[in-house]
Amino acid sequence: MSLTHKITFALNGKPVRADADVASSALELLRGAFELGGTKLACGEGECGACTIIVDGRSRNSCLMPAVDLEGREVLTVEGLWREDGIDPVQQAFVDEGAIQCGFCTPGMIMQTKYLLSRNPDLTAEEAERGLEGNVCRCTGYKKIIAAAIGAGTGARD
Amino acid sequence: MDKIIEKHSMIGKRVTKLDAPDKAVARTRYINDMVLPRMLYGKILRTDRVHARILSIDTSAAEALPGVQAVITAKDTPGGKIGVLRDNPPLKGDVVRCIRDEIAAVAAETEELCDEAIRLIKVEYEDLPTVFDCTSALANGAPIIHEDRPDNIAMEQNFEHGDMAEGEAQSDFVVEGAYNVHYVTHCNMGVSCTVADYDTDGRVTIYTQTQYPFNVKMDIAPSLGVHPGDVRIIQPPVGGAFGSKLDVYPYEPICVFLAKKTRRPVKLIYSREEEFIASPTRQPVEFKIRAGMKKDGTLTFRDCDSLLNNGGYTSWGATTPYVTMRTMTSHYTVPNVRYRARAVYTNNPFAGSFRGYGNVQATWALETHMDKMAEKIGMDPIAFRLKNANPPNQITPQGSNLGCIDLVGCIEQAAAKSDFLAKWHANNKAWAEPGRFKRGIGIATSLHNAGGAKIHKSDGCGTMLKMDDYARVTIITGGSEIGQGLDTVLAQLVAEELGVPMRDITIINNDSALRPWDVGVHASRTTYIAGNSAVRVARKARDQILRAAAAHTNMLPDMLDLRQGHVVQAETGLALMPLDRILRQMHFAGAEAELVMATDYYEPPSEPEDANHMGDMSAAYSHAAHVAEIVVDTRLGTIKVEKIWSAQDVGRVINPVGLEGQIEGGIAMGLGYGLSEELKIVEGKVLNPSFRDYHVMTAPEMPELDLTFIETGDAEGPAGAKGIAELPTIVIAPAIGNALYNATGVRIDHPPLTPEKVARAIAAHKGLLG
Repeated sequence: MSLTHKITFALNGKPVRADADVASSALELLRGAFELGGTKLACGEGECGACTIIVDGRSRNSCLMPAVDLEGREVLTVEGLWREDGIDPVQQAFVDEGAIQCGFCTPGMIMQTKYLLSRNPDLTAEEAERGLEGNVCRCTGYKKIIAAAIGAGTGARD
Repeated sequence: MDKIIEKHSMIGKRVTKLDAPDKAVARTRYINDMVLPRMLYGKILRTDRVHARILSIDTSAAEALPGVQAVITAKDTPGGKIGVLRDNPPLKGDVVRCIRDEIAAVAAETEELCDEAIRLIKVEYEDLPTVFDCTSALANGAPIIHEDRPDNIAMEQNFEHGDMAEGEAQSDFVVEGAYNVHYVTHCNMGVSCTVADYDTDGRVTIYTQTQYPFNVKMDIAPSLGVHPGDVRIIQPPVGGAFGSKLDVYPYEPICVFLAKKTRRPVKLIYSREEEFIASPTRQPVEFKIRAGMKKDGTLTFRDCDSLLNNGGYTSWGATTPYVTMRTMTSHYTVPNVRYRARAVYTNNPFAGSFRGYGNVQATWALETHMDKMAEKIGMDPIAFRLKNANPPNQITPQGSNLGCIDLVGCIEQAAAKSDFLAKWHANNKAWAEPGRFKRGIGIATSLHNAGGAKIHKSDGCGTMLKMDDYARVTIITGGSEIGQGLDTVLAQLVAEELGVPMRDITIINNDSALRPWDVGVHASRTTYIAGNSAVRVARKARDQILRAAAAHTNMLPDMLDLRQGHVVQAETGLALMPLDRILRQMHFAGAEAELVMATDYYEPPSEPEDANHMGDMSAAYSHAAHVAEIVVDTRLGTIKVEKIWSAQDVGRVINPVGLEGQIEGGIAMGLGYGLSEELKIVEGKVLNPSFRDYHVMTAPEMPELDLTFIETGDAEGPAGAKGIAELPTIVIAPAIGNALYNATGVRIDHPPLTPEKVARAIAAHKGLLG
């Protein structure tokens, strides 16, 4: 019954092809066909930010984005940040600051931080708090996440 | 050149979490991410009624749907029940008692097929009379929720100590108050999920988020019709738990039934909406408190009666009075105390356990009440609390020895750092002044168990240790990791004893077939209990190594030490041989060969409560004081929390990073409880099952935090530490309520302090309109 489109896009720096179900989200495609489990499903309605990915340089809730809309885009997921030369400074900052407890919100937090820093490498605490307002964390109380976001700024790689 | 290695302690060092790098790069596979070969998905059909008799269930259309592998109802189950009172059948066959009730379940190749099949199941009901509040449920002629409990009382606890009449007679003032605390829910970022897998011999492996692995074996087995020994519990990483996973809930046996029926692994995962509707809540309570004091502020008696809305079934929520009672009878020195709690069946959703347990509720009521009492006799909130603070080593009315506590220090530090009294007096004086924005400061304190809680015959934890030929250490602990940082603290404690780097320590903590027994992760017990067991097992291994090293070096074992991967002379630090070399020499010693392997089972020196609620149930106790400074917009009713000063008795700091993380996160959760979070339940139905309508704290709403750790050095705790994780969630909300009063003269007894509620209360308060 389901209708699929063949789409081509760049995923974490590599060209990929996929059969995208017109009724499915980018989140489902990434978690399903590409086994990119770092992009988390936590609410499925754009309220928690756990599924945040970067599409053409902008952060998106992948749960709200139709999979077919990935056609022709450049997509970055949390898995794309760990490269042969090491983990991303944002990931390292989250580890060093103690910004991770259960870790379920962490990929979304890291991707949103990555996006914020791409726009402004010198975030103030207030800018980081506003920028991460749409990402829910139930463990940390956000303090160490904000510290990580600010601290990663000066050494961001991209 | 002789190499000298100084003693280098790990205790108190800032250490990052062992599991953090894998979580940062998404190598961690959570239970929500699990896929097994040939795995099916499962879904539950829930009722849309709150109290009804089931007349018929027609599953034929669902069964005929291609791709559906199984459809089950109550008649497909062995009939055993789950829950604290074994009153909850996983699938309901005759009556539904609350909105979340499970009627049928399906297993199919995809989640979408499951949803389609669920929609094809037809259920006919006959509605029954409903009751939603405790008082109505206790009235004569109220609808009966469970036939075997015609009075609708699920559980009752009573305690009395001293002479209440004498306390009343000694009182110069008596203050009465009523406090209704509300429904909130955990909002774990990882929704409820389980995977069940049967083998050919009738044994079942359950992958689950449980915090209580060994008791779950016992609790789930009767509902499955299997022996507890045939249940293997595996705990993959979870997206938060916070007490939500202490009991067995219906979805877990349902998933097992589906796996048994299909002979395939089945994964059952909630939607977020389902998580809001069908997870146990924090226990709501209606408190009534009467308490007396002398003119000088000395407390004379305290009487607390409470009703708990139990909902349709009995989970751990009904047992929260065991913790509430400790606060009501023992927080501050009160010579005469009485406490009564009744958990009353209604047609609401049922409550479970939630970080802080009954103490979040108790501390809201008690600390609001304490502020009212202080005002009644014209004392400031600090002086009144100090006047009645528990001293160290006090024996409480329930027979606990509070040991090395420092409630006075907590209050004094929080008050001094926040300049509390100057601000408090100034704010009080400013009540009558015009102005839309009012500043307020408030304090609250709490008492909590900090060395486990002996609610079973044992509150112990087992640990096994092995070392290999390369001096790598494996710790197999009974303790569970739910993101709170157990692995890291155990590695730190073991590294301290064995002089090895933390990265050389592997912690195995997730499989009941491998691990020795442990109660579970609850009651702020894990660092204390699992930590002590890890220290003890490491000391056994250390002794074994030092005995062998002594024989090789012609020295005595107590002249040696283990430092930085070496056996050293303790006095001088002179390196004698690498640790891995002595381990290999022990291993390849012919007939004398030995491997370093050790086991330990640590039972804390605490005792279970007896039938009269007497007993020193924890090996340690602790306090925290929180001061909150707020600005109230009297027109909009919004409360901006500007800063929180926390002073907490932590015993001893093992890892400041982990400690800060627990306290900061606990405060955020407590702020939500006090300010914004409420699961709105009207006539048994959940009205706001989404993050959009259920407001947890976000980053910009967090105030500045000032944390003070008070180190009392517990004689029993690992390196002197106490359990710390629940107190921060417990204390903060009443400090904000008290600050609201200090700012405006308006007292709100029933949280949360939402803008609407605050604005209405201020508008109703004469003289402050404007």
